[in-house]
Amino acid sequence: MSNVTSLHVNGTGRTCDAAPERSLLSVLRDDLALTGAKYGCGEGQCGACTVLVDGVPIRSCQTPVGAIGPQKITTIEGLERDGRLHPLQQALLEVGAFQCAYCASGMIMSGVALLGKNPNPTEPEIIRFMDGNICRCAGYGRIIDAIKLAASAAKGGTQ
Amino acid sequence: MKAGKSSAERVTVQTIDRPATERPWAVAAPWSRREFVKAFTGGMAVLWLVDLPRARAAQAESGSSGRRGGQRRPTALAAWLHIAADGTVTLFSGKAEVGQNVRTSLTACVAEELATPLASIRAVLADTSLVPYDAGTFGSRSTPDMVPQIRRVAATAREALVDLAAKKWSVGRDTLSAADGKIRHATSNRAIGYGELTRGEKFVLDVSDSVRLKPATDWKVLGTSVRKVDARRYVTGQHAYAVDISRPGMLHGRVLRPAAFGATLASLDASGAEAMRGVTVVRDGNFVGVTAATEHVAAQAVAALRAEWKTAPQVSERDLFAHLRSTARNAPAADASDPTTPGASRQTYTVAYIAHTPLEPRAAVAEWQGEQLTVWTGSQRPFGVHGELVQAFRLPDKSVRVIVPDTGSGYGGKHSGEAAVEAARLARAAGKPVKLVWTREEEFTWAYFRPAGVIDIASSVAADGRLMRWEYHNYNSGGAGLRALYDVPDRKEEYHGAQSPLRQGSYRALASTANHFARETHIDELARSLKLDPVEFRLKNLRDPRARAVLEAAARAFGWGQSTRRDGRGDGRGIGIALGFEKAGYVATCAEVAIDKATGKVRVVRVVESFECGAILNPDHLKNQIEGCIVQGLGGALFEAIRFENGHILNPRFSQYRVPRFSDTPAIQVVLLDRKDLTSAGAGEAPIVGIAPAVGNAIFDASGIRLRSLPLVPNGLKV
Repeated sequence: MSNVTSLHVNGTGRTCDAAPERSLLSVLRDDLALTGAKYGCGEGQCGACTVLVDGVPIRSCQTPVGAIGPQKITTIEGLERDGRLHPLQQALLEVGAFQCAYCASGMIMSGVALLGKNPNPTEPEIIRFMDGNICRCAGYGRIIDAIKLAASAAKGGTQ
Repeated sequence: MKAGKSSAERVTVQTIDRPATERPWAVAAPWSRREFVKAFTGGMAVLWLVDLPRARAAQAESGSSGRRGGQRRPTALAAWLHIAADGTVTLFSGKAEVGQNVRTSLTACVAEELATPLASIRAVLADTSLVPYDAGTFGSRSTPDMVPQIRRVAATAREALVDLAAKKWSVGRDTLSAADGKIRHATSNRAIGYGELTRGEKFVLDVSDSVRLKPATDWKVLGTSVRKVDARRYVTGQHAYAVDISRPGMLHGRVLRPAAFGATLASLDASGAEAMRGVTVVRDGNFVGVTAATEHVAAQAVAALRAEWKTAPQVSERDLFAHLRSTARNAPAADASDPTTPGASRQTYTVAYIAHTPLEPRAAVAEWQGEQLTVWTGSQRPFGVHGELVQAFRLPDKSVRVIVPDTGSGYGGKHSGEAAVEAARLARAAGKPVKLVWTREEEFTWAYFRPAGVIDIASSVAADGRLMRWEYHNYNSGGAGLRALYDVPDRKEEYHGAQSPLRQGSYRALASTANHFARETHIDELARSLKLDPVEFRLKNLRDPRARAVLEAAARAFGWGQSTRRDGRGDGRGIGIALGFEKAGYVATCAEVAIDKATGKVRVVRVVESFECGAILNPDHLKNQIEGCIVQGLGGALFEAIRFENGHILNPRFSQYRVPRFSDTPAIQVVLLDRKDLTSAGAGEAPIVGIAPAVGNAIFDASGIRLRSLPLVPNGLKV
């Protein structure tokens, strides 16, 4: 299999030259300087490496870059629009959800995927969807609160 | 730059990530007042000086034992503040930000006392070439030690600025006020910015210990929920942790780990790895590592190494507690009291080793320029890592620079500099900068653990519920939190060090978690044996008014009196309480559990925790710390345990070592008691000590089953 030479990331085509068996996480971080997604466990258990591929959250530490093809990748760096944060980023700031925040990018990408699929999630739905993301510092309650806040902001906040 | 002659002779570490203009002195971090004054280039600087003979002597291995009698004038810099001509205020401290929000609290201290907007203040932390020496960020010491001093530093600057304005305008200083980064003279409606007042001058002041600090009741910034500094950078993925640092030409490293703890390398065949393109294999004694252009190739190269290791048999988990007892120092003679005496009780409690599992594993980027070494790494002890590097490579102090970017947490687990030393070895051999990120498996195996321990308690209570005797022995887990808050006429509380089969070290609240688990479980047992309410029993034996206050506050908020206690009738719900004191903070924790009788699954459904640590600096951040302590503490309470056998860790992955997740999180209510009349204590540790005993006591309440080992229910409750 030949090297991967282009990826569609955050709305633009990016060139690279990566062996296809390398992880998407390492290509994003080391080749494209998109370091928002983090290594946490290497086995898809902690969610720190979560990015979206065609809107679906995936564990980029376990995804070979050769499997991506023309699909559209969204990373934490691609959420801001014209200097405006995604409602979930904004909500997390308002709630003060993080301490060390190493988990933040993965949490946000998972949360964005949830809101994309289900704009009005109930608390049990949030817990079920987010259960693969580990935070070691803060209680998870504030992230749940922020997802609810972002959902309500998206519903009525921006008219 | 107006560097003095002797300063210019010294080596200047290249400033890599910050322009030199941000350093108002000309050389690598000055550690003494004399050096500082020589190198200072302009503006106003306020220095906090300490007598640091022991710490610095230890660091430099100078052999001089410091104190030679008499009161010495402090000369070592411990922190300082700079006001530049443009009004920018910069604080320099050796503390490290690891998620506890010390960057925010120190910034707020400056804003409060200097009367300047938060946005005008920058805190430079944990860069050994930019900040003064600091022993490290641990033990909840930043708040009691650094906070009051930074406040004095800022207040000294404020008073000096008032003096300058009074002189400039020839007015009385009591007609002036400081606010929003300006000194104002209300009667003449004049105002002048701090930067303008110091422009073109060099003021170097020492902190005045007599300077007036604002009382907590007058605080406008401290005591309020200031948001995390730089929070936006974290939610946009912009903050660069150590793992995110990249250098031109940088390679990726990987280390070959021994087959077991203590193993020595018998033979190595590196030919397969060396044949791989761009791979360098580094061997130095038992250390074997590789560098390669990508992480992937580095991992393949390590996998291609053929090594034989010499191992020796080691203690396994099944023999752990007997081993700790048999190797204990100054172990007491067998308890001679008669256990059949009415009111007498004797029990043993145990705690397992657990891992910190900071989400950012140990990581470092090392870069050599000749004999100059710069290392970026996540750490709670930047100068400790600095010392390790100086020692490992036999370099002069000033040839090593350790930069600690705000770090992906530590919980007491990042006191050591393994990754930094390894990355530096690899970088030196490869002749290029090297990044080394420990895998999760390495972090689980080759870091250090919270100590396991055995605790024996022998006690007796009078029929009226008064504690009469309390004899307490902790084997191996540690002495923190050893002493009970309760009043007992006949008491003995001892810690006995032992030989730990695993490498052990600090963990949030140290042994206080183990000691509170044993003590507060035992107290619950005594209360139940006397058929006394656990809150009532504690209050009966407790005079300390602050302890009584948190206990009563938690019980009230929880609805303790109104809750129906089940007393082991086994309908699946139960409640428990625990009281604690650690690092000058008082805590009481109430928990409610629900047990699924069919599966034995224990769920903590509700926690109320009250906390009092003096005057609160930031209510929301304090609340966040407490919530985090409760959730993290649930892991060690319910299911976390490091499994090990003969020098191997058996569960070094998140798929095998369970940590709390969203679905484990109870409803949490935090009750803060703000004592503005008392000094602020650190709050990163104390709030974790009560959750395990509260949950254990609740499980007993629900099921009648008394659990005396942590974790309580790694495989569910056998009902």
